[in-house]
Amino acid sequence: MLKSKTFVKKTRSGGVLKIVREHYLRDDIWCGSEVCKECKDEAPVLQEDACIESNLCSYPHYLIPDTNVVLHQIDILEDNLIRNVIILQTVLQEVRHRSATVYKRIKDAIHDKEKHFYTFTNEHHRETFIEREQGESANDRNDRAIRVAAKWYTDHLAKATDNGPLKVVLLTSDRANKEKAEQCGLIVYRCEEYIKSLIGNPELVDRLALTPDDQNEITGSKLLFPEHLPLSRIQTGIKNGMFLQGTFHANRDNYLEGTVFIHREGAVTNEVLLQGFQNLNRAVHQDVVAVELFPKERWVAPSSVVLQDDNPDDEDAEEDETETENKSVAAESSALKPTGRVVGIIKRNWRPYCGMLSQSQIKEATRHLFTPADRRIPRIRIETRQAATLVGQRIMVAIDGWPKNSRYPNGHFVKNLGTAGDKETETEVLLLEHDVPHQPFSQAVLSFLPKMPWSISEEELKVRADLRHLFVCSVDPPGCTDIDDALHCRELENGNLEVGVHIADVSHFIRPGNALDQEAASRGTTVYLCGKRIDMVPELLSSNLCSLRSNVERLAFSCIWEMNNNAEIIKTHFTKSIINSKASLTYAEAQMRIDDTTMNDDITKSLRGLNKLAKILKGRRIDKGALTLSSPEVRFHIDSETHDPIDLQTKELMETNSMVEEFMLLANISVAQKIYDEFSECALLRKHPAPPPSNYDILIKAANSRDLEIHTDSAKALADSLNNATIERFPYFNTLLRILATRCMMQAVYFCSGMDNDFHHYGLASPIYTHFTSPIRRYSDIIVHRLLAVAINADSTYPDLMDKHKQSALCSNLNYRHKMAQYAQRASVAFHTQLFFKNRGIINEEGFILFVRKNAIIILIPKFGLEGTVFFENKDKPSPHLTFDTEGPTLKVEEHIFHMFDKVKVTISLDASNIQHQRIRMALIEPVIPGVSVPVPESEPEAKKPKLDR
Amino acid sequence: MAGLELLSDQGYRLDGRKAPELRKVQARMSVFAQADGSAYLEQGNTKALAVVYGPHETRGSRSKSLHDRAVINCQYSMATFSTAERKRRPHGDRKSSEMSLHLKQTFEAAVLTELYPRSQIDIYVKILQADGGNYSACVNAATLALVDAGIPMRDYVCACTAGFVEDTALADLCHAEESGGGTSLALALLPRSGNIALLQMDARLHQDHLSALMEAAMTACKGLSKVLDGVVRQHLEEVSVLTSE
Repeated sequence: MLKSKTFVKKTRSGGVLKIVREHYLRDDIWCGSEVCKECKDEAPVLQEDACIESNLCSYPHYLIPDTNVVLHQIDILEDNLIRNVIILQTVLQEVRHRSATVYKRIKDAIHDKEKHFYTFTNEHHRETFIEREQGESANDRNDRAIRVAAKWYTDHLAKATDNGPLKVVLLTSDRANKEKAEQCGLIVYRCEEYIKSLIGNPELVDRLALTPDDQNEITGSKLLFPEHLPLSRIQTGIKNGMFLQGTFHANRDNYLEGTVFIHREGAVTNEVLLQGFQNLNRAVHQDVVAVELFPKERWVAPSSVVLQDDNPDDEDAEEDETETENKSVAAESSALKPTGRVVGIIKRNWRPYCGMLSQSQIKEATRHLFTPADRRIPRIRIETRQAATLVGQRIMVAIDGWPKNSRYPNGHFVKNLGTAGDKETETEVLLLEHDVPHQPFSQAVLSFLPKMPWSISEEELKVRADLRHLFVCSVDPPGCTDIDDALHCRELENGNLEVGVHIADVSHFIRPGNALDQEAASRGTTVYLCGKRIDMVPELLSSNLCSLRSNVERLAFSCIWEMNNNAEIIKTHFTKSIINSKASLTYAEAQMRIDDTTMNDDITKSLRGLNKLAKILKGRRIDKGALTLSSPEVRFHIDSETHDPIDLQTKELMETNSMVEEFMLLANISVAQKIYDEFSECALLRKHPAPPPSNYDILIKAANSRDLEIHTDSAKALADSLNNATIERFPYFNTLLRILATRCMMQAVYFCSGMDNDFHHYGLASPIYTHFTSPIRRYSDIIVHRLLAVAINADSTYPDLMDKHKQSALCSNLNYRHKMAQYAQRASVAFHTQLFFKNRGIINEEGFILFVRKNAIIILIPKFGLEGTVFFENKDKPSPHLTFDTEGPTLKVEEHIFHMFDKVKVTISLDASNIQHQRIRMALIEPVIPGVSVPVPESEPEAKKPKLDR
Repeated sequence: MAGLELLSDQGYRLDGRKAPELRKVQARMSVFAQADGSAYLEQGNTKALAVVYGPHETRGSRSKSLHDRAVINCQYSMATFSTAERKRRPHGDRKSSEMSLHLKQTFEAAVLTELYPRSQIDIYVKILQADGGNYSACVNAATLALVDAGIPMRDYVCACTAGFVEDTALADLCHAEESGGGTSLALALLPRSGNIALLQMDARLHQDHLSALMEAAMTACKGLSKVLDGVVRQHLEEVSVLTSE
């Protein structure tokens, strides 16, 4: 083992420091190739027949990309075609410094066994380490290090194979570097050359990112944007208060407007409005930018105009007309907002975007515009030769850069997702856009699954309570395969009742810290879409080993209470157990058993006992002020063959639903109390903050309009007044009110007990709450299981479990995933609703007005649980006379006054004019207002959609 | 932006060592003729000089002396040029008095003090260059100096640090690793008996990992003891060659 030292000088905060570090050089770093006999590598990564078919290299070869190739062409390196790549340590370190995201991706590729990526620690290898020479820049030194390492590989492999066919190919994007490498006798290609030569996959060419010298060819020379300031000047500017730093949020409806949310705490202005092309200065949604505030006289009000960038030409034309339009708005309004302009980008937050290609009008053109599905993202110019095949497809595109002389950012094609409008494609899009991880589980994750056939081991039998003799059963919605809870109830000799809630013991299978655990933690939750489920844990666990199916022995975590006949808890007991469920019932089946007086078997008796207790529990909970809210939930009847929705049905609630719910709540509350008592600093809990009083304004106004009063002082008062607010001959009114009340609520969130001191769950009126009962589909429950297991000495703890900061970081990820999962679910329902109406043609239906807005009314159709907007303003036609009264709130259209909760009749159809954003369109039929409402159309399924009023 | 990657996926540390590997240790004994014993030791870039005087009569007030054993007096100091930033280091600041105390405790456990009642042994150590593991370098250098002075000890005292990064125990931390924010543990061991003379850890560590960390530090100490033993034997050879002529 040799040793040498490198001397590095560094400056920190002005001072010059000399930092000396040791640098050991080694002889025991192997080349990682199968062919090499000299290196004593136990598990060589690189294959002997490393064949990527290419016109340029007909021999087997390994690739060595340089830093810029990795940074810019990561999309290509990730492709399955590219294998047997040597990533040098020099490259990896440079990538790590320059881009965290690319670093993460290249590391993932290295970990993927299929890809045969090998990391060569060249900086510590005796023969490939080089010292920086006098006058050589750090970049040049690194380039030289790459060349030296490539040279070493060439010689080494030649020696190992006796000048066999195996070669190393250096990929670079730098001409000078290429020349120098050729002088050393290396085989070197520019990345573009090499990729174009590949026979296997011509489509890869489109994924080539544009490098700076290519971009010059594309754009005109006219400067459209002011230059971005260098980072050093931005930083001094931020320090002395000239600039503000914040996250840019583009306006969804107006592409020439955006807002920057300033990061600094306690700042005077925390929102800066940006208007106009020049002032936005190439900021893209979610970027971290530096802005400069304008003097007060140049402040404007946000324009309420809807502007979409649908200029079909790919021209770098300036938009003058919008500038004037904005000014006219500014003059009249008093609601001026701080306005400014972007002076520089601190951090880009680009990700690959889903969307569609708008083909260029010139047939042979290779440059096309891409319209992202997210309206806040500008259109992106990409270069592709397969435009014809990509039209009508959903594709993914990544942005490469936005030069100051280009109207649009430049990007490259990443992936084709499928035909737009297809169910699979659209599902893929909505998963991607909501950041739901949905790739199949990796080999690393699957390796931690138990081996099949699985059975309960002797040790488990010893330490677990054996509850197999109990009459445990599960009650779930029909078609449920991930059963994570089961119940039992039996009478004890002393006349009390023993009630048990048995939850699948997922934490037994998912051990902390391994790949399976990490994957589950990052997914956070199972996402249920219409007709599709994105599992949080692999199917073997979710649908088999953890699922508490009937008549098989399963591991469970049980929460057992002794209760008296008034449902008062006498004793609570937690234990890991083994159960054997006697029946998996649906809600309806369970209900039938309870109601059928002729059935008197043990399961039915157990169910009746549970049902009786649940009613008492529920009554008590409601007395305490728990809210019963309502939201219109629908279920699709999906055709078993085409998977198209054929019918809609609102979810029906039965007694058994609330029975199961009640015991789940009870278990959650008991567990929450236990883990909080045991770990006051690091218990994972769930809270539901009380909404601020102003949230209720709309609810109170709505009730007032019907001469009813809603009290919102406390949850109890709200619950009571909601119960009393009924109108005869209008049974749906109460549901409407509850739907409205739901909208006033805050989001419930997970948190770590050591980081917060408000634990109250408003909706359930419980002082403490957590999630314990669905570990198969929620990661939070797994953590709670682990905490509880430690609390009852059934399992050992581990560091991260007790670290409140890590726990709190986990909570924020879980909250984010839950939110996104909800959005994805809604989007999926919306998409299926569209499919449903597409098949139906035009439908006339009755609905109620849920909200009244300035220029529109929002209507709920109870039959479909569908919400839609009827606009009274129209671009092409003169709008009718509208008078909006905020007190009501009411809207007077011509002669008719719309109140909240009014019954109306509308016609529903699918608006497919914009294929990316299909939507349900509603138009008014009744009440009849001339010039506003439409005549009743004939309901015929195949009818061509008439142009409806909007 | 991104901090230092203390342990790469390939298992190499910042300076190219693997997790259980020590830095290069070089040492010389009898570097000063005037003192009773002296030694110079390099552990990588950490360089320490140790000088031993004694055993001799207790200086100053008699009251300090103990009737049944010798008093060990330690003084630790750092050269102004030892770190990247030049800094005047007055005697008796908190850090160095703590270090002096630790050294004293360590050697009271190892030196057979009961052989020299009412006397005193002085150990002076100076760090010439600091690059992590100052305490261990001091202990190792002082051990050699004590051997050089011919003071009877139960065993060599070998000290080494160990840290814990990404579920792996790293032996013999350098400065960058020590300041990298992980846990660091210093252990002084009497290698033949396996007795621990001193164990110190300031940062938090989960209990489950402690045994792994201790294990790594022990192995490192045992490795060090071999090196020290080699140094002593070589020194003896040189000396005996000189005296035999």
